Amino acid sequence: MSFLPAGLPLPQPTVDDAPFWEAARRHELVVQRCTECGTFRHSPMPCCYNCQSFDHEWVKIKGNGIIFSYINVVHPVHPALKDRVPFNVVLVELPEAGNVRMVGNVLDTPFEELYVGMPVEVTFEDIDAETTLPQWKRAS
Amino acid sequence: MSDWPMKDKVAIVGIGETEYTKWGQIKRSEFQLGCEAILKAVEDAGLSVKDIDGFASYSGDRNEPVMIATALGMPQLRFSNMFWGGGGGGGSGAVHNAAMAIYSGTANYVVAFRALAQGQFQRFGGPITDLVGAGNRIGGSMAYSLPYGLISAPQMFAMQTRRHMHLYGTTSRQLGAVAVASRKHAQRNPRAVMYGRPITIDDHQNSRMVADPLRLFDCCLESDGAAAVVLTSAERARNLKQRPVYIMAASQGSGPRQELFAFNKPNFDTANFEEVAKDLYERAGVTPKDIDVAQIYEDFTGMVIMSIENHGFCKRGEGGPFVEGGRIEWPDGELPINTSGGNLAEAYIHGFELITEAVRQMRGTSTCQVKDAEICLVASGPGVAPVSDMIVRR
Repeated sequence: MSFLPAGLPLPQPTVDDAPFWEAARRHELVVQRCTECGTFRHSPMPCCYNCQSFDHEWVKIKGNGIIFSYINVVHPVHPALKDRVPFNVVLVELPEAGNVRMVGNVLDTPFEELYVGMPVEVTFEDIDAETTLPQWKRAS
Repeated sequence: MSDWPMKDKVAIVGIGETEYTKWGQIKRSEFQLGCEAILKAVEDAGLSVKDIDGFASYSGDRNEPVMIATALGMPQLRFSNMFWGGGGGGGSGAVHNAAMAIYSGTANYVVAFRALAQGQFQRFGGPITDLVGAGNRIGGSMAYSLPYGLISAPQMFAMQTRRHMHLYGTTSRQLGAVAVASRKHAQRNPRAVMYGRPITIDDHQNSRMVADPLRLFDCCLESDGAAAVVLTSAERARNLKQRPVYIMAASQGSGPRQELFAFNKPNFDTANFEEVAKDLYERAGVTPKDIDVAQIYEDFTGMVIMSIENHGFCKRGEGGPFVEGGRIEWPDGELPINTSGGNLAEAYIHGFELITEAVRQMRGTSTCQVKDAEICLVASGPGVAPVSDMIVRR
């Protein structure tokens, strides 16, 4: 059973970011990095914001992050969430990858126990035959 | 000193508005509302619709200039312009673009407007799913937030507000002070949707949570209505019916890497006005101390606090304490803001009702008139990109 119910929009990989979602299927977290100047970037873009190079690689990281900010969704704004509020959404900063940030949910910790600076680690939720979402749990 | 060539060269000479209601209550079409507000603004200016030769709007307004020109029987359209980007970031920007058309000689009398019947189309508080495609799939940067249930505007800005609270100790009661000020001002404004419905800080604290830390009363209204202003050159303005309100300065744009949905913007605890406000003050040749009254777009209360910081009314991180103690309230506050009730209490016409209010303040006709006000700042669309600003003077 996934953290959030079925019915929310799911990722559609594009030419610019398919490797990110393919890695998630393999339960790997990757971040795009410029091979010219080494700058990490997220969300994926075809061009480096630092040096404008189009050359890049997808770097597998361990997935150790810290909570940068967090909210508790109380109003079920999407029909799929009608019976599933409240739930947390967090913004995770990744020191391993130039402090890029990723949105996710902390699957094993209630909102009340979250705090800015809390260490988390990546986990993966297989949603359907095509889609896996990188997610987060309390760091072990 | 300013060397901005457009300073004081273009004026707002007419304003027009429909009635404002809660979303879903007006049965006339959104298109008709737009036409009504435009005709009222033209009449207020003492002009004929046949004088109007341009339109500017923003945020993907559905009412195309050529359709309006057709409906209203305009003999010639010389300028039709849309400010890119969503949210209310283009309110002052549409006025700025209209002013540029006039200053450049492209058109003579341009109307900037926003028509918005959320009841007939999409409620802005709802899920942001416009770009979701076949099979309920979303591509691009939104793919990194929507599947996690982060799918609406209040949630996005709750994330920024939490960060501001963490860094600077900003409190929910300080957010509430912004909401209370707007409601207070709306009690003197019969146009306001929240006229007759004041709130206290305790009411704010007891309002239901939407996306913690944002409560219901931290969020703008969802409304139906339309508003418009007519602009022309300062020279032509002098011979028209109303006292001209001059565009002292305007600025628009964005800081670096302000994509909304993946949350990697460098200045996460600001409203994206740092660069735009700097341009604004330099062009106007004034400082924050010279501003008598301000209309600061309230999408969410936390973003107002960040806007106040970005515009130099206090230092970064001090916006929470700044809004307390009545400092932003009419009549005695040192910086009265949102004197018609604004997006939180008058109506959410995407912040264009803040622009008509700025004009009223400069004409001396606001229902919360700031005594001897000479300069008014308008900040449009905190936290989105691009944003826009203007300073008007009497």
